[in-house]
Amino acid sequence: MKTTTPAVLGTPPTPVPPATPLSLARWAVLDGWTIARRDLMHWVREPTRILGTLIFPIVFVVLFGYVFGSAMSVPGEGAYREFLMPGMFAQTMMFGIGTTMTAVIADTAAGVTDRFRSMPMAPSAVLTGRSLADIVNSVIDVAILVACGYVVGWRPHGGVAATLAAVGLLLLLRFACVWIGIYLGLVIPSVEASGAVWGLLFPFTMIANTFVAPSQMPNWLGVLAEWNPLSSTVAATRELFGNPGLEEGSWIAGHPVLMAVVWPSVLVVLFFLLSMRRYRRLSR
Amino acid sequence: MKDAGEDAVVADGLRKRYGGTRALDGFDLRVPEGTVCGLLGPNGAGKTTAVRILSTLLRPDGGRAEVAGLDVARQTRQVRYRIGLLGQHAAVDEILTGRQNLEMFGRLFHLDGRSARRRADELLRQFGLADAAGKPPKQYSGGMRRRLDLAASLILAPQVLFLDEPTTGLDPRNRGEVWESIRTLAAAGTTVLLTTQHLDEADRLADQIAVMDHGRVIAEGTPDRLKSKVGGDRIDLVVRDAAALPAAAELIARVCGAEAETEPELRRISAPVRDRMSVLTEVVRALSDAEITAEDIALRRPTLDEVFLRLTGHRTDEEAAA
Ligand SMILES: Nc1ncnc2c1ncn2[C@@H]1O[C@H](COP(=O)(O)OP(=O)(O)O)[C@@H](O)[C@H]1O
Ligand SMILES: [Mg+2]
Repeated sequence: MKTTTPAVLGTPPTPVPPATPLSLARWAVLDGWTIARRDLMHWVREPTRILGTLIFPIVFVVLFGYVFGSAMSVPGEGAYREFLMPGMFAQTMMFGIGTTMTAVIADTAAGVTDRFRSMPMAPSAVLTGRSLADIVNSVIDVAILVACGYVVGWRPHGGVAATLAAVGLLLLLRFACVWIGIYLGLVIPSVEASGAVWGLLFPFTMIANTFVAPSQMPNWLGVLAEWNPLSSTVAATRELFGNPGLEEGSWIAGHPVLMAVVWPSVLVVLFFLLSMRRYRRLSR
Repeated sequence: MKDAGEDAVVADGLRKRYGGTRALDGFDLRVPEGTVCGLLGPNGAGKTTAVRILSTLLRPDGGRAEVAGLDVARQTRQVRYRIGLLGQHAAVDEILTGRQNLEMFGRLFHLDGRSARRRADELLRQFGLADAAGKPPKQYSGGMRRRLDLAASLILAPQVLFLDEPTTGLDPRNRGEVWESIRTLAAAGTTVLLTTQHLDEADRLADQIAVMDHGRVIAEGTPDRLKSKVGGDRIDLVVRDAAALPAAAELIARVCGAEAETEPELRRISAPVRDRMSVLTEVVRALSDAEITAEDIALRRPTLDEVFLRLTGHRTDEEAAA
């Protein structure tokens, strides 16, 4: 084959293709970082985008904290907004499914995913990079939400270690949602269809202990709400933040911290594997 | 036929099914190194599927393919260092700047940071995007986006460039710009495989045209050979008076030495011509001798539809089952 380079193309560099397993692994990490950086640069270039993801939770805080809040009763005792905020934090993590899903679908629709796939980069990097970027974004989300919480009078009462643990559990839930979102983004054919899927998903972000205690719901709905992974994270963070609203009725309600680790971990593994398989099958 | 070492693209009996649809059904193609091949076919012919298989995005159900002398299925990674791909849309990041886009893609081609930056600057200059380097593609014109897209495919100066309908959706000016870039690349020795639905695009750019229908190549050759096969250019004559149609058709057939097609509702007669220069004057003279008034008279290239009618006996929108 021809080896001389046409002058019009300038002086193209010659990369050294990774040959050893070690250099392959190194490039897989670097490629993932390049992909993640791309997404993080979006936030630097267009900081207002962050409002898009946070407008919903902020509206919810106002709506439920102030409009409906007076009519809500907190299980046990306590201020409604103290009860509400951990729910808002966790629900925002859950809404992250939509953010991730939309980003994945947009890349596919624009042909960017195909361009990545036609390049010699590590195939896993497209997905791992996306998950890294979204989790970093979520740290910013949590920070802003916590600040909002302070504004409406919410406080963590559990000490530094417990507070950090609660934030960790929130990010763990978000990480599970990242992989759910990646999987859905790879499966759903178009941006239009994603709206319908989100419509189906939305109730699951609401049937939980976020706004009212499951014990106040009809029996079957209450059970569904208690077993919603979101509820475990909400209850666990309420416990760790020292906020009111803990229930001990059922086994699942009695072990929130355990389940706030188990649920998302299981989902991460499951949807990571599903996503990787689906990504490989794009070539079918 | 050239020997295998000189073909930059080789496809042997590629097959791909989607449920009941045979997207590719025994697709054979050879593109000699350093040439431009136009893959011409109507919507649904299988052009995109062929390009996706050759550019490692899709695995075929059967057959084999080589690009730059490497097996697409078994040496996928090596192939990816040697190809560039332009899909139907400009596949660039809309929010990053033009320069950030090229740097990112450079990094993903495994260049170190410095080489990626240097190469990005060089390509931005090369493609006349230096002034827009700090702006995101959102603010670019269609042609500029395509050029950035092209630059991203050329970071490693690939041996083979695949373009899937590169000018679809572009206005004539931007289309000309893209054609110019493709010509320059080809002149510099890059092997180009481009798909198109327009005969004149293939005609302008390609050394060799492969006409596709229902998942396989049905005709191949240089633009000239293909055109002579389908009758080359055509003459269209619109008469003022519908009553003159039969006489005019006979006249055209005599001058052109070929059967003329009549479309009574448009008062139009169409026939293939062999000699562009003489036929017009001959037709005009014959018309005035016969005292037939023409409303419009024009020479034009055959449409894809006419090419298809000649090659396949059916129009582009008819199904194979017919
Ligand atoms: N992912 C897919 N799923 C189902 N059918 C497909 C898919 N891709 C292509 N096809 C079908 O295969 C045929 C060839 O498609 P394509 O290669 O896109 O043609 P072209 O690019 O020439 O318009 C069409 O009938 C199309 O509907
Ligand atoms: Mg196509």
